[in-house]
Amino acid sequence: MSESTQSESPRASDVLTQDTAFEADLREQSVSSALRDYGIRLRSGDLGALPAILGLVVLGALFTALRPETFLSNQNIANLLVQALPVTILAMGLVFVLLLGEIDLAAGVTGGVSAAVLATLLSEQGQPWYLATLAGLGTGLAIGFVTGWLVAVLGIPSFVVTLAFFLGLQGISLRLIGEGGTVPINDDVIVALANKNIPLVAGWILAWVCVIAYAGAGLFGWYRAKTKGLSRPPLALVVTRVVVVSLLILGGTSLLSQDRARSPVVFLGGIPWGVLLVAVLLIICTFLLGKTAYGRHIYAVGGNAEAARRAGINVTWVRISVFMIGSTIAAISGIVAASRLNSATPDAGTRTELLLAVGAAVIGGTSLFGGKGKARDAVLGGLVIAVIANGLGLLGAKAYAQFLITGGFLLLAASVDALARRRRSATGR
Amino acid sequence: MTSENGTPLLELQQINKSFGAVHVLHNVDFSVYTGQVTALVGDNGAGKSTLIKCVAGIHPVDSGYILFNGEKVGIHGPRDAAALGIEIVYQDLALADNLDIAQNMFLGRERKRGAILDEAYMEQEARNTLARLSVRTVKSVRQQVASLSGGQRQTVAIAKAVLWDSKVVILDEPTAALGVAQTEQVLALVRRLAETGHGVVLISHNMNDVFEVADRITALFLGRVAADVKASDVTRSQVVELITAGRSGDLGLAASTAAENI
Repeated sequence: MSESTQSESPRASDVLTQDTAFEADLREQSVSSALRDYGIRLRSGDLGALPAILGLVVLGALFTALRPETFLSNQNIANLLVQALPVTILAMGLVFVLLLGEIDLAAGVTGGVSAAVLATLLSEQGQPWYLATLAGLGTGLAIGFVTGWLVAVLGIPSFVVTLAFFLGLQGISLRLIGEGGTVPINDDVIVALANKNIPLVAGWILAWVCVIAYAGAGLFGWYRAKTKGLSRPPLALVVTRVVVVSLLILGGTSLLSQDRARSPVVFLGGIPWGVLLVAVLLIICTFLLGKTAYGRHIYAVGGNAEAARRAGINVTWVRISVFMIGSTIAAISGIVAASRLNSATPDAGTRTELLLAVGAAVIGGTSLFGGKGKARDAVLGGLVIAVIANGLGLLGAKAYAQFLITGGFLLLAASVDALARRRRSATGR
Repeated sequence: MTSENGTPLLELQQINKSFGAVHVLHNVDFSVYTGQVTALVGDNGAGKSTLIKCVAGIHPVDSGYILFNGEKVGIHGPRDAAALGIEIVYQDLALADNLDIAQNMFLGRERKRGAILDEAYMEQEARNTLARLSVRTVKSVRQQVASLSGGQRQTVAIAKAVLWDSKVVILDEPTAALGVAQTEQVLALVRRLAETGHGVVLISHNMNDVFEVADRITALFLGRVAADVKASDVTRSQVVELITAGRSGDLGLAASTAAENI
């Protein structure tokens, strides 16, 4: 087949314009034309990760300029990453829900209830950590199933269902923990999640494994696409991407491996366990969304549910299962948040957690209108949110200013999303 | 290619269908031949859509037979129709804007290797199918559908229907929303579908389109077949009369039947 298309394309190019007959698939794309395509994508409203990366650079520069000796210190970077954990994980679950064009307002509280279940089992029942964790995750899964069922089968708008859950689940947390009380978490494994670091050697090994796997997958994928005559980005772009990501992973590992203890007697360094957890979740979610039929179906249902239904996709099941995934990841987030506090509280997840997580996903590039988004959006957006909170904290900003600024950022991200969508539909057809 | 005297690829015999008290289809006979374009014409409410939905398995028929390659078949759901090789391209195209062309063409029937999508196979096969239909208007099968023109979208929807080794392709008003140049492209594609050995059904209001591509014309009038003729045997005005009055000269329903239904 490739022979016939190749023999036909020169003839066709004489008669037809350049935009025809799979020209773009067959020609080896140059870096300049790839950049031009990217420019066109940007102008048509597909901003991707650009706002988040720009935001990180600008905010990073700003806070470094204002607090040069503290903001970029080893301690603060590690601190910032750990601060970012709960919101980032919560946002990753929300990406799934947002991909369908739905919302889960109860995600934060779901995390809170799951943490309460975990803490109660650990401290009051004396269960081992793995059973308690399993119960916590199961709580999230069950909440997600009920939410998804109410949305997909009964047809209640997700906004309303999850608002009801937002209130109802707070009641469950209160019932489990008791008014005004907290349940302490003393289990070593759970506490380590947000408070301990991976041994240095293990951290380096993992970092190199990630780098080699990422580079291998990128280059091998490109080579395979080339030999099979598939459309592919220019090699230079693939190499650049591999180099940048590798430098980030290795640089981050190196930074986190240095001693950040205030006292010279003890050593404190290494990658926090929670960061590893986020990395694992990121890999799993990226694989699920990008490489499996199930992930493809999520995008299809978010883009055009009717088209998905006619294509034979079980739309109801996709909806229910996506809420189950979102709530289970929310449960993980709740457990990490509880680990950071060393305790479960009845008001966990009831404050700004959810809005920050939605903001993180949207800042990262996930659309509120469904059908567009990636797992990495949660990580990029989560970092932006954490940098804002951390930087404002270093500046000694008052609580009211933190609320105002973070709210403003969320609104800004949502405006960019809405404008980009208008742009897309205007240039799309 | 099979002549009209040969066995039709798809044949409906004496189909009746009622919705409650409303008798929508009266003893309808309808045939589709391999390598030919059969135009199904009729006014709004003549029963075109109902007939197609019976073939698609969306509505069960009350009485009558459906024959595929001369053998009686039961179509009890969309999956039965798809299994026989009957694909329908609906008017609202049922493409997901946020996916690319290859992803849309394989939507719901993705090819996998183990648990992982076989992107290489799907991309090549999507390109091959478009090339087989001589589609030359697409820059890349990795383009998002959102960036396509109306004609290109229609093209993708049709290519999606033929990807699955289909025998009968039913097109519901494929040119209704298109401009002149794009209509030409789509009509050329319809012709090519027939030339590549499909039985094609074209539902259309546009007489220009019908006479440009159709080999046969079946006119429905208030749920009855007014005429089933070769396109070369009739004129445009005769077909318009058949659609609006159910008869034209000695063609069409008996005067009494036509009158009693009006």
